[in-house]
Amino acid sequence: MWAFINKLRSPKWFYAISARLQPWFWAAALILIVTGTIWGLAFAPADYQQGNSFRIIYVHVPAAFLAQSIFVSMAITGLVFMVWKIKIADMAATVMAPLGAAMTFIALFSGAVWGVPTWGTWWMWDARLTSMLILLFLYLGVIALRGAFASRDSASRAASVLAMVGVINIPIIKYSVEWWYTLHQPATFTITGRVGMPMEMWLPLLIMVLGFYSFFIALVLTRTRSEILRRESNKRWVRELVEEAN
Amino acid sequence: MAFDTFQELLAMGGHAPYVWSAWGLTAALLLGIVFHARAERRQLLRQLQRRARREARQSAPAAASQPIQTSKGGCTNDA
Repeated sequence: MWAFINKLRSPKWFYAISARLQPWFWAAALILIVTGTIWGLAFAPADYQQGNSFRIIYVHVPAAFLAQSIFVSMAITGLVFMVWKIKIADMAATVMAPLGAAMTFIALFSGAVWGVPTWGTWWMWDARLTSMLILLFLYLGVIALRGAFASRDSASRAASVLAMVGVINIPIIKYSVEWWYTLHQPATFTITGRVGMPMEMWLPLLIMVLGFYSFFIALVLTRTRSEILRRESNKRWVRELVEEAN
Repeated sequence: MAFDTFQELLAMGGHAPYVWSAWGLTAALLLGIVFHARAERRQLLRQLQRRARREARQSAPAAASQPIQTSKGGCTNDA
């Protein structure tokens, strides 16, 4: 067990194993997202109330899921970094933040655009909408903190602390639709599929959600490898790797 | 197929501006993220290779004179 953890914390080992894993996740992301897009845009039936505007759900829900999952991942990697000083966890957290911010922005933008024909307004200070906006600011805060320190270690610790504290916002987002039911409806998509959503609408959504998660894993693998090269450029194994490529 | 013609698909039953702007932003961001990750890796590798070549050039003359210095050093240490 300890041997495995020691391996896991070694950037060299991560660099090797991620090279083998990443093509699978990129392929899965591509296949799932393309399938889900064609199915969701052209084949899923129109909603009897919302018409075709409901097709926004296929980007809105996966992005909103990912926005929250990435923040939780960042809080976990932040904790791992703070407690065990595992550098690879901090490198992964570094590349997660911009993706999380992008996903939060997609969720907010697609929600606003969807709100116009459905609710008659693009924005309201509803609990779900507000807590998602706070999530966007938390992401921007984490990104800004990483750039605000001359010392990498101070920046990493500050970003980790903000991620660990800010994660309180995640259960608030999740339960906001039940605690303060004002505008945003409660979840229509669950993994178990026991919802008021017909199968031919639910399946493409499931495919899109899985595609977005694959995209997240693939991107974190790929960009953490770049982060390793950047931070470990003076290590012997990185120098040897670069010389081989020359 | 939920639409009879391609024009109907594009029109989205009158909801075209909403559907296509949400999907368009998502597609643009996802593609941008992928291209950024690729460009980042290429640029880093190129930068590291350039540095490796520069260091190899700089250490080449030094390496030529090094055996003499180290053998000298070795001699004095032995003595």
